[in-house]
Parts: sequence; C-alpha cells; structure tokens
Amino acid sequence: MPVKRVQKTPMPERDAVLRSHDFGEVNEGYGIAHAQFEAERCLRCQDPICIDGCPVRVPIPEFIHEVAKGDMRRAAEVLRSSNPLPAVCGRVCPQEVQCEEQCSVGIRFKPVAIGYLERFVADWEMEQSDIDITANLHRDEKVAVIGSGPAGLVCAGELARLGYPVTIFEALHAPGGVLRYGIPEFRLPKDVLDWEIEQLKKLGVEIRCNIIIGKTITMDQLMGEMGFKAVFIGTGAGLPSFMGIPGENLNGVYSANEFLTRVNLMRANDFPNADTPVMVGKRVAVIGAGNTAMDTVRTALRVGAEHGLIVYRRSVEEMTARVEEHQHAIEEGVEFHWLTNPVEILGDEEGWVTGLRCIRMELGEPDESGRARPVPIEGSEFVMPVDNVVLSIGNKPNPLLLQTTKGLEANKWGCLVVHDGTSETSRERVFAGGDAVTGAATVILAAGAGKNAAAEIHQDLCANAS
Amino acid sequence: MAKILEKRRLTPITQLYKVDAPLVAKAARPGQFVIVRVREGGERIPLTIADYDREAGVLTIVVQEVGTTTRYLGQLEVGDEILDLVGPLGMPLEIPVEGHIVGIGGGFGSAALLCLMRELRARGDRTTIINGAREKDLLILNEELAEVCDNLELCTDDGSAGFHGLVTERLQQLIDGDGPGRPDFVVAIGPMPMMRAVTETTRGKEIPTLVSLDPLMIDGTGMCGGCRVTVNNEVKFACVDGPFFDAHQVDFEEAVRRNKMYVRQEQESKDRSDCMKLAVGQD
Ligand SMILES: Cc1cc2nc3c(=O)[nH]c(=O)nc-3n(C[C@H](O)[C@H](O)[C@H](O)COP(=O)(O)OP(=O)(O)OC[C@H]3O[C@@H](n4cnc5c(N)ncnc54)[C@H](O)[C@@H]3O)c2cc1C
Ligand SMILES: Cc1cc2nc3c(=O)[nH]c(=O)nc-3n(C[C@H](O)[C@H](O)[C@H](O)COP(=O)(O)OP(=O)(O)OC[C@H]3O[C@@H](n4cnc5c(N)ncnc54)[C@H](O)[C@@H]3O)c2cc1C
Ligand code: SF4
Ligand code: SF4
Ligand code: FES
Repeated sequence: MPVKRVQKTPMPERDAVLRSHDFGEVNEGYGIAHAQFEAERCLRCQDPICIDGCPVRVPIPEFIHEVAKGDMRRAAEVLRSSNPLPAVCGRVCPQEVQCEEQCSVGIRFKPVAIGYLERFVADWEMEQSDIDITANLHRDEKVAVIGSGPAGLVCAGELARLGYPVTIFEALHAPGGVLRYGIPEFRLPKDVLDWEIEQLKKLGVEIRCNIIIGKTITMDQLMGEMGFKAVFIGTGAGLPSFMGIPGENLNGVYSANEFLTRVNLMRANDFPNADTPVMVGKRVAVIGAGNTAMDTVRTALRVGAEHGLIVYRRSVEEMTARVEEHQHAIEEGVEFHWLTNPVEILGDEEGWVTGLRCIRMELGEPDESGRARPVPIEGSEFVMPVDNVVLSIGNKPNPLLLQTTKGLEANKWGCLVVHDGTSETSRERVFAGGDAVTGAATVILAAGAGKNAAAEIHQDLCANAS
Repeated sequence: MAKILEKRRLTPITQLYKVDAPLVAKAARPGQFVIVRVREGGERIPLTIADYDREAGVLTIVVQEVGTTTRYLGQLEVGDEILDLVGPLGMPLEIPVEGHIVGIGGGFGSAALLCLMRELRARGDRTTIINGAREKDLLILNEELAEVCDNLELCTDDGSAGFHGLVTERLQQLIDGDGPGRPDFVVAIGPMPMMRAVTETTRGKEIPTLVSLDPLMIDGTGMCGGCRVTVNNEVKFACVDGPFFDAHQVDFEEAVRRNKMYVRQEQESKDRSDCMKLAVGQD
C-alpha cells in the first residue's frame, strides 16, 4: 500500500566542501532500502499523469511498483521498454518541469522522486553481469547514423534491436556528444556513458569516430557508393554563440563548449598528465544561467578557481538550469549575480582578462518567450574584477553538414526542417532529430527523437522492401 | 587510427610522414588540414595536409617538433599508428585570380605548397615558389617543390643557398619585376612573423594575398570557438571559415597574442615530456 510521506527520500550526497575539489559524482545514488522506501510513496494513480510529463512516456507507476516489490530486473525491463538511456536520464532530466511536475503527490507533498528511482534501477542493471544482449542483425539494409549524442545513440540502438546493421559516424575521437564533452563527470560519470555504449556494441552497432560527414565523407557518398539505405542525422547544436561585446577575444575568455571540452573530453583537470591545459585564474565569471553555465562554474571551482560567479541578465526565476544543479552550485559556494548584464570584457596591456564591465538590470514587460524582459538601469554600470570569462549563452546547430549536403532544408536558425510530427527531412530517406532539429534542448527529447526516427526508418524500409 | 607508411627526416626538428588515410586522402583539397592525437590523454593538434595520393589513399604531413605532441609524434616509427586522425578540415584554398601565382613557404609551411602549386599549374597558372629558411640545411623539400612549380626560388638568411636574405626581400624584387616577375596573387604559409612581413610587403600594391592562420584548436569543427580570429573586424572560426584569410584584413596582433595563451603550460608539458623521454631511454 502506498505510504503518505511529505518529503522525498533524500538523495545521499557527498559533502559540498569535499566534492567541490574533485570530479567524483555529487549524488551517491539510492541504496535498495532508499529506493523501496521512496517507491512506497507512489499512489499508483488510476490516471498516472506523471507519464504525460515525460517526453518518452516511461510507464512510471509500473516500474516504481516493481521497485516496491523488489523485482529490480522487471523494473529495468519496463523502464528500458520506453527509455533506452535510463541511467543518463535519471541523472540529468529536468524532472521538476517534466514527470515530477505532474505527479499527483506533488499537489500537497513533494512529488515522488521519479528521477532518483529511475537512476537507481538503471544503476542496479549496470551491476548485473548476467544481463546478456547479443547482436541479431538479420536485415540487409544498412543504416547510417551521424553523430553519437543521445539522439544518435538511441536511434542506433533501436535499429540494431530491429535487426539493422547500423554504423554511427562521429566527428570527435570519442562517442557520446554532449554527454561526453559537455556534461561533467561529477554529474554524469563517464562510466555510465561507456556502459551504454558498450551495450550498443554488443547489439552489433559499429561506431566509427574521427569521421565528419560533410567533410570526410559526403552524404551522397554515404547513400551512394557506401550503400546506406537510410540516414539519421543527430548532429546536435554544437556551435557556440558569442555576445559580440568588446573584449571577447582577450586571452582568458572561453565559450562554455571550449572550457568544458578541455576538461571533459581532453582531461585538462589532469594536466600535465594529460596534455591539454585549461586556464583558470582566481575569479571566473560565467555568463548565463542554464545547465551549461552551472556545469561550467562548478567545473571552474574544481580546476582551481577560488571564486565562481554566475552573471545573468535576468533573475533567478528565469534561470533555465535544473533546480538540483542550482542548489548544488549554491552549496559549493558559487556566487550569483542576477539582473546583471555584461557589456564589456576588460583586459591588461598584454591582452589578459582583468574584469567585466556590467550594467544592472530590472525586470520589465514580458517578452515573446513570456519571460519578463530585463531592461538596463541607467547609470548603474560597474566593474567586476575577474580573471576569466566563460560565455554560456547558448548554442546553435553546426552548419558543417548543411554546407556540403544538397537538398537539406534548414530554418533561419540553422535547425533542420522535418515534416510535421515526423523525423523526415527534405531529403529522401534522410531523417533527423535531437538538438539539430529543435535547437539546444534536453537529453530525453533527443533520445525520444532518436527512438521515433528509428521506428519511422523501420517503417520506411519495410514499405520499400516489399 | 592511421598507420605511418613512410617517415623521413628533413631537418633536425622536421619530419615528413606518409600515412595511410584513404578517406581523408580521397576528400582532401589543397589548403585543408587534419587534426591528430597521438596518445591517450594527448592533445588534439592541427597539421596541414602537405600532399595526398587519392589512388593510394596516402596523406603526406610535415611536422616541426616544437612541443609535447609534435615530439611524441616524432617518436612514432614506420608501422606505428597515429591514434586519431580526422579531416580534411577547413575550407579548401580558392585562388580566384589566374596568372602568376607566388607561393611563399617557411618552416613546415613550404610543404603545404606541394599539392597547391601542382593543382594551380595544372589549371594553367604560372607558378613560383619562394622557399625560405635560416640556412641551407633548414630548407625543406627543394626537389619536390621544384617539380610542382615553374620557378623555385630559394632564400636563406645567411646566404648559404639561393638568395641571401629574407623571403620578403626576394618577394619585393619580384614585385619590382625581377626574375619570374610581379605576382598576380600571393599565398604565404609559415611562421607568423614571416606571414606578417609578406602581408606588409604586398599591402597597397594590389596584389591579393592569403595567409594561413594557425590558432590553437581543439575540435576543428566549429564547436569550441577557441580558434577565433578577427578578419576585417569580424570574428571568424579559423577551423571552419579558414585557415586561409585575406592577409590585408587579418588582425595579426590579436592572433599572435592568442597563440601565446598557454606558453607557461606548454613549457611545463614539454619539460615533463623531456623527463619521460629520459626515463624511457634509461630502461
Ligand atoms: C554543458 C551542458 C549541460 C547540459 N545539461 C543537460 C541536463 O542536465 N539535462 C538535459 O536534459 N540536457 C542537458 N543538456 C542538453 C543536452 O545535452 C542536449 O540537448 C543533448 O545532448 C542533445 O543531443 P543530440 O544527440 O541531439 O546532440 P549532441 O549531444 O550535441 O551530439 C551530437 C554529436 O554529433 C557529432 N557531429 C556533429 N556534426 C557531425 C558531423 N557532420 N559528422 C559526424 N558527427 C557530427 C558531434 O561531434 C556530437 O558528438 C546540456 C547541454 C550542455 C552543453
Ligand atoms: C591550420 C593549422 C595547420 C598547421 N599545420 C602544421 C603543419 O603542417 N606542421 C606543423 O609542424 N605544425 C602545424 N601547425 C602548428 C601545430 O599545430 C603546432 O605546432 C602544434 O599544435 C604544437 O603542439 P605541441 O604540443 O607539439 O606544442 P605545444 O606545447 O602546444 O607548443 C610548443 C610551442 O609551439 C608554439 N605553438 C603551439 N601551437 C601553435 C600553433 N598552432 N601555431 C604555431 N605555433 C604554435 C607554442 O607557442 C610553443 O612555443 C598548424 C597549425 C594550424 C592551426
Ligand atoms: S525519462 Fe526523464 S522525464 Fe521521463 S520519467 Fe525518466 S526522468 Fe522523468
Ligand atoms: S502521478 Fe505520482 S503518484 Fe501517481 S503514478 Fe505517477 S508517480 Fe505515482
Ligand atoms: S577548433 Fe574548435 S571551433 Fe575551431
């Protein structure tokens, strides 16, 4: 029977002071006891509206019920039937605006900790040595997947399960997309990602790194001489935006992508054991307040900054980061400068950053996005002394593939255009999904798009086979 | 992975490699580059594609050993694999002018002129290469370069071979009508001070000039923005918009400053790899 308890079962966390100096995971994960204790809070609603909050419609009460009963194997099966990346999503989904926002318990109490339970089940699964998957590639049609972020990984996995030989082409030297180079180890251990990738390989998916479609191989070659019958584009939104303010090219100014890539992909935190350095001074200002900004500022503390500052032109209400990341950032001593807009980056004679000139803002009328528009307060300019500035103000899709591929349509933001409600692009047998289509969004949306595209590709290939 | 098929020492700090990279060789065009990583935990570094053989699937690169990664690469032997190699990156060189094209090379840059000048000559241009170095023994690829152009001009600072003086002094003489004569177009590839000097030599003389910028890079796909340079007061990503830019519009000062961002760390890393090399040598 469900048990009424106001609070979520707390997630065991590592001490803020200790953890803010290393890359070990912040959340330690539920043990079985925590998980079953929390699972009892689920009411198993007749009409489980939590599912409506989940982009891939995980059968939430069903898997939680299995956890309560103690049948973790079954819980894992239920979970995976709809979400192929549960260990990742359980950790990084913005649950408070998705499944948990809808949860009925949340009306009066704290919602059921769906994300923590999802993570628990997925982690349990990773520890089992007897879960065996084997490849059964019985279809003739080869499918190419471009990009190995969550969209590409999931699409490839689903197709391999349907029996298709799939090859993933990845531009970087390691697969995973943002899960590899963007989201830091302390939030998403690379072991988790590696395990998921290992499963794909067991399913028979081939991953070829160091190949850029549009440069090393063109789309025409893929679909022509190389014989791929369908292509899925999951190239993400990896092109960093800059603000266009003076001083952006000073030494010590980074895009969040560069800063995070240096650390996550190139392991700059381990310099000089690893060869790629990263430059952090005493005070690091990160501009923006999304997940990327939180990841960046917390990473800066971990690679030696004494002060990590978030500078954001709107207020805490408009912040787009997950609530948990904001909370963790506060605990780790990050300083927040809300309603503060940078107007110039200042440097010394040698071109090194010395400060950030900012202007204070106040909230005005709502803008197109429905959020209050920040307006500058005249005469409120001031200089914040800093040694580094990291811009985390958004990413757009990378135009590389578009530039060399005929017949692929994109909108004015560079996002690939797909037919309403499908993954079909303007080119025959070319499908797309994830950030490349939506612009920078979330892991679960990308994963969901990959999954849907796999079903469409299957349908399309079946229709054409007969 | 790309296997090293051939390796040849050109100077005490420069080596030429032929590597097995069929996909890249097939797609490569003059002016493009690859990014390599030579060991786990290693840095990703850009290297110009000096030449390619589409049929054989072979790529030529020429590497100057200046720091950790280039020296690790230098220790690889024929038969060894380069851990990661990706490309071709960057925009192929477009020479919009026909006529007398002068390519100026210094350091590893001379190598990049191989495929470029061969293609220009095939297109019908008159081609001159000015190959420069401090002294005779540091001049690279003289024979190969002679084969791909109409006139090869050698320059050494000390006069030990060819013209006694800087490449820009010889360039000025050409502009004044000496030797193969006034260039209609100049491409310079080499150390920053050389490219800067070439830029000043052709400035205001109605000789369009391209230089190959070499900012620090990571991904080479436009993802990090670390390679940004300012050209004509606009910010460009050298890995996708370049690496060749209109010389007369380049903000060299900024480019030079940005390349010095990690001098201290580079030295630290180099010292460390020196120690490691010693350690390896001892057992
Ligand atoms: C720092 C950071 C933190 C984030 N935190 C969260 C979070 O907490 N929760 C959440 O839900 N979302 C988060 N996001 C967003 C989420 O990571 C993305 O929405 C998601 O990764 C998009 O997946 P994707 O598969 O579409 O693309 P990506 O993950 O961007 O992967 C695209 C891949 O394609 C490759 N590629 C690109 N072009 C080519 C080509 N031409 N040829 C071959 N390969 C190519 C790229 O190298 C890359 O590996 C975060 C994003 C960032 C940057
Ligand atoms: C598009 C492009 C093409 C290039 N082509 C070639 C090539 O064909 N052959 C070749 O030998 N090198 C080439 N370079 C330069 C090469 O990438 C650097 O020499 C290399 O990154 C140095 O790495 P390292 O670890 O050995 O030395 P580091 O430890 O990184 O640096 C050692 C020294 O070299 C200097 N240096 C570092 N990076 C660069 C750079 N990008 N340009 C110039 N000096 C630098 C540093 O200031 C330092 O003094 C190219 C660079 C670019 C951007
Ligand atoms: S995938 Fe994300 S949104 Fe869906 S149930 Fe899991 S944590 Fe919630
Ligand atoms: S809405 Fe909440 S209580 Fe109801 S089934 Fe979903 S998780 Fe359980
Ligand atoms: S090297 Fe990263 S954008 Fe150019």
